[in-house]
Amino acid sequence: MSHDQHNRTSPRRRIMQGLMVLPLIALPALSFGANPPTAQVNTTKLAVTDTEVTVGQLHSATGTMAISETGSIQAEQLAIDQINAMGGVLGRKIKVIKEDGASDWPTFAEKSKKLLINDKVAAVFGCWTSASRKAVLPIFEKENGMLYYPTFYEGLEQSKNVIYTGQEATQQILWGLDWVSKEKKAKTYFLVGSDYIWPRTSMKIARKHIEGHLAGSKVVGEEYYPLGHTNFNSLINKIKAAKPDVIFIAVVGGSNVSFYKQLKAAGVTAAKQTLLTISVTEDEVLGIGGENMQGFYASMKYFQSLDNANNKKFVEAFKAKYGAKAVIGDVTQAAYLGPWLWKATVEKAGSFDVDKIAAASKDIEFKGAPEGYVKVHENHHLWSKTRIGQAQADGQFKVVAESPELIEPNPFPKGYQ
Amino acid sequence: MSVSEMLNIGMMQGFAGLSLFAVLLLMGLGLAIIFGQMGVINMAHGEFMTIGAYTIFLFSTVSENYFPKFVQSYFIFAIVAAFFIAFALGWFIEWALIRHLYKRPLDTLLATWGVSLGMQQCFRTFIGPKEVSPTLPDWLMGSWSPHEGLDIPINGMFVMVLTLVVTGGVLIALYKSRWGLRVRATVANRTMANSIGINTKKTDRLTYAIGCGIAGIAGAAFTTIGSTGPTSGSLYIVDAFLVVTFGGAASLLGTVASAFGIAQMQSISEFFMTGSMAKVLTLLTIVIILMMRPQGLFASKIRR
Amino acid sequence: MQKIKTWIDQRGLNGFIILAILLAVVFPLAMDIFRLNLVGKYLTYGFVAIGLVMCWGYGGVLSLGQGVFFGLGGYAMAMFMKLEASDPITTKIQSTPGIPDFMDWNQITALPMFWKPFQHLPLALLAVIVVPTLLAFIISFAMFKRRVGGVYFAIITQAVALIVTVLIIGQQGYTGGVNGITDLKTMLGWDTRTNSAKYILYFVTVGLLLGSIYLCHWIQKSKLGTLLLAMRDKEDRVRFSGYDVAMFKVFAFCLAAMLAGIGGAMFTLQVGFMSASFVGIVPSIEMVIFAAVGGRMSLVGAVYGTLLVNFGKTYFSESFPDLWLFLMAGLFIGVVMAFPDGLAGVYTSHVKPWFIKRMASVGKTGSKPGGTAKAAASDAAAEMTVLETPPGTTPRNVMPINTGLGGIQGQSA
Repeated sequence: MSHDQHNRTSPRRRIMQGLMVLPLIALPALSFGANPPTAQVNTTKLAVTDTEVTVGQLHSATGTMAISETGSIQAEQLAIDQINAMGGVLGRKIKVIKEDGASDWPTFAEKSKKLLINDKVAAVFGCWTSASRKAVLPIFEKENGMLYYPTFYEGLEQSKNVIYTGQEATQQILWGLDWVSKEKKAKTYFLVGSDYIWPRTSMKIARKHIEGHLAGSKVVGEEYYPLGHTNFNSLINKIKAAKPDVIFIAVVGGSNVSFYKQLKAAGVTAAKQTLLTISVTEDEVLGIGGENMQGFYASMKYFQSLDNANNKKFVEAFKAKYGAKAVIGDVTQAAYLGPWLWKATVEKAGSFDVDKIAAASKDIEFKGAPEGYVKVHENHHLWSKTRIGQAQADGQFKVVAESPELIEPNPFPKGYQ
Repeated sequence: MSVSEMLNIGMMQGFAGLSLFAVLLLMGLGLAIIFGQMGVINMAHGEFMTIGAYTIFLFSTVSENYFPKFVQSYFIFAIVAAFFIAFALGWFIEWALIRHLYKRPLDTLLATWGVSLGMQQCFRTFIGPKEVSPTLPDWLMGSWSPHEGLDIPINGMFVMVLTLVVTGGVLIALYKSRWGLRVRATVANRTMANSIGINTKKTDRLTYAIGCGIAGIAGAAFTTIGSTGPTSGSLYIVDAFLVVTFGGAASLLGTVASAFGIAQMQSISEFFMTGSMAKVLTLLTIVIILMMRPQGLFASKIRR
Repeated sequence: MQKIKTWIDQRGLNGFIILAILLAVVFPLAMDIFRLNLVGKYLTYGFVAIGLVMCWGYGGVLSLGQGVFFGLGGYAMAMFMKLEASDPITTKIQSTPGIPDFMDWNQITALPMFWKPFQHLPLALLAVIVVPTLLAFIISFAMFKRRVGGVYFAIITQAVALIVTVLIIGQQGYTGGVNGITDLKTMLGWDTRTNSAKYILYFVTVGLLLGSIYLCHWIQKSKLGTLLLAMRDKEDRVRFSGYDVAMFKVFAFCLAAMLAGIGGAMFTLQVGFMSASFVGIVPSIEMVIFAAVGGRMSLVGAVYGTLLVNFGKTYFSESFPDLWLFLMAGLFIGVVMAFPDGLAGVYTSHVKPWFIKRMASVGKTGSKPGGTAKAAASDAAAEMTVLETPPGTTPRNVMPINTGLGGIQGQSA
């Protein structure tokens, strides 16, 4: 059933193809004169031919996570199209094999195996939840694949085979907390999260920061709810009883919508209460409704409303491709960075080999990043700025603050574990 | 904390329990009719709720773009429309699938599971994979605050009133109307009902369609408190099944009682412990009670 | 030769032999290691499916919580492998070296008591079998003694699945939470991720699966199997004959749970991780669907059903990423509507008669396959009694309470 794919990459077939194009050798030599030969840029039998390089895309197009991952799928496709329009990577057009992880971690593992072993893709852009990344990580390490992972996540991980294009927890959280502490004079915090690793780790970091680094501040409540929980009235009453200065939120998925709708219905609005979230991007506001989020703050590295030339171009291209109503959230932008960073790394390394890319990733820059400017750290995370956005009724965020410097990624933060 | 504040929190917490009760009852009601009266396990119940939710979205988009005058009032019409759209689809599915499976009730589980997969993918393909947010009329938003510190959610009250109306309507229909008489006769003894001239096939189709229609109403109402997306229905389906089983499948009154019990148990325990533990405690209690009273709280008396 | 053939025929083992050849010879020859590993994974679900044939098809007990037992078996294996992967040297970056990474992330500083036994392989293997069986016993003993059956049992197992999921996800310091237990590499130093290990694990899975099928087949043909069938069809009569009906049901359910546990353990070994996403309601229902597609009365059919559905899922989702759910939905609905007894039903009602007729017309031996034909006929007849009896034709107008979910009509009759 998979023989086609096998043959495509088998050496014999490639030699045959080479022989067939022999009479045309002058033509490619003219048009792709600068292209390094395939044997040189691909020593590990990846799916790279003289004109084409195959990459994989592994997200949930179905199931509960499709709501979130669709944006990433679109952004990666846009980046790849743009790269192809510019002539591809090392003169080779990018061909994408799309696989559906179906919001199911074992399926992610199965599909990543298929992409790496069967299709021999040069890189994979994909995954969204921590659980899906954890499920595929051993496979990428064993088969020596390259994963570009777009979501902000909990940290505590670093792999040769993964480039994390989103922020790790300390980048996203610490500056945001410093900001509410300074700007809103907040002293008491109530932490709420969905019950899994990312919110738990984020809240652990937040608690250590609040108790250890923000003078006179304390945590007055910490609550976790099962994923998919839809009734938050009891929680809201608990918050009301605790009267925190700031509610700090990392609730995800369908629960998000219920939480904010019920919060508003219980009379907790931005006028009376400061709320800082690390889990609501423009994508989520689509479901929540701008009027239910209005005035609340989010701490992210990217907002669609960012005012710079790169971002204008990006938003325009995105809307041209996916419709004027399309919105772009933090993760969508991070997903857009993936193919570009990969291209830059391949060109720097002069090779598609995963080992060479992993080694060359350090200090790769992307000046065209919609978020402004990013640079890959030695630990395969990105240097990036953190911004505070205030939700508006139209579903956009207004950027009210921005960290002055690029924040160094620190996936294993000392003192926060 | 002062006494008046504690009183406020207590009142709001009491209301939270009541509104959860209304939510559970509304989501379980359609299922209880189909499951309890016909023995059909409708795994697509959640997707019928999603249809209701998308109906609201459709109406809100249309009225926003073309009839701005109706933005404040479309909601009522949309709920009625949600009922009829879900009703029509339920009618169709009963005709196409369910009626062939009455002799094999377990297979309805598999078939409706297939239906629910298909419907989810339809939402994704034709409406979009992302969540949507219908613009709700202003009078449904926010809270009613009789005095400082006390906020009663308006959408919660709305859901409660709607639940009251729907439940009342169903009970009246079941015990006072010709349809109700036929349904009860069919449930009691299908063969006998058939032999005295009741068209049990037609009764079944109507029952299934009404159950689906009520799911549509529930989904429409839940746009005020929850999400609207291709998989929103799956958030509710398990709770709905629990409510129905716990109440005793054949008794609507049981459904009401069990929704009340579960809602109070959950909302009180949530207030005093973490959300995850509260859920486990609630479920454990339900399982233990079910082990002691296997037929549920209110079962019709039968000879075994 | 003739003797062996008769022996096989008499015991209705033809299908079994064909399946064995297919799994042990044809697949390994025809597939590359990647696909074979996939088949190995599907076959672990096959354990659950044959368990369901025993407890649902034969015992009339539908469980919508088989994922729990699959998960428990898988977790038992995963805990052992995780402890092996978390030796103090590889985990020296943690604040407490020597414990699994997720515990360290959740500020747990010592290995919890219930993890301790899993440092030893024999105890872990014992747990793979004992823990699911024990839980199944507790659940089913309490319920069947109180004569809870049919739809209630199904829904209670569903609730159990929900509880276990919420517990596993909620107690992530001890269980790994949503992520599950990941990054499993070795068993007693043997790297389970190499190609040779994958081949070995595949054959172990096939061996265990065939062994389980044979065991179940033997039970079916024994007096116990007859009693299970009798109980499913007329529970009261069996009870009045002096048998303890509840204990037979408990047995069938525990057997199914044990098989599911073994499947889970083999899954962990082949895939290299275990997560709570197997324990929930959705995978549990999917596993019922495997058995239904294959035919709930046929052990061999259940394995084919599992393979077919999973191949379908993989093939459709690779070839038609946008349409695959429609195709899966169509498959479920189509099978239920057109082939109520699954693939095995199609075989007994269409393929087999045709085959026999053909054999007869060839003129060789019309009576030779009599043994199997009889067995199939009796199976089919047994099916008929449940599926085709319209309510009301039973003598006292009370449908048997425990015939699957048909019980609900009995409840209200």
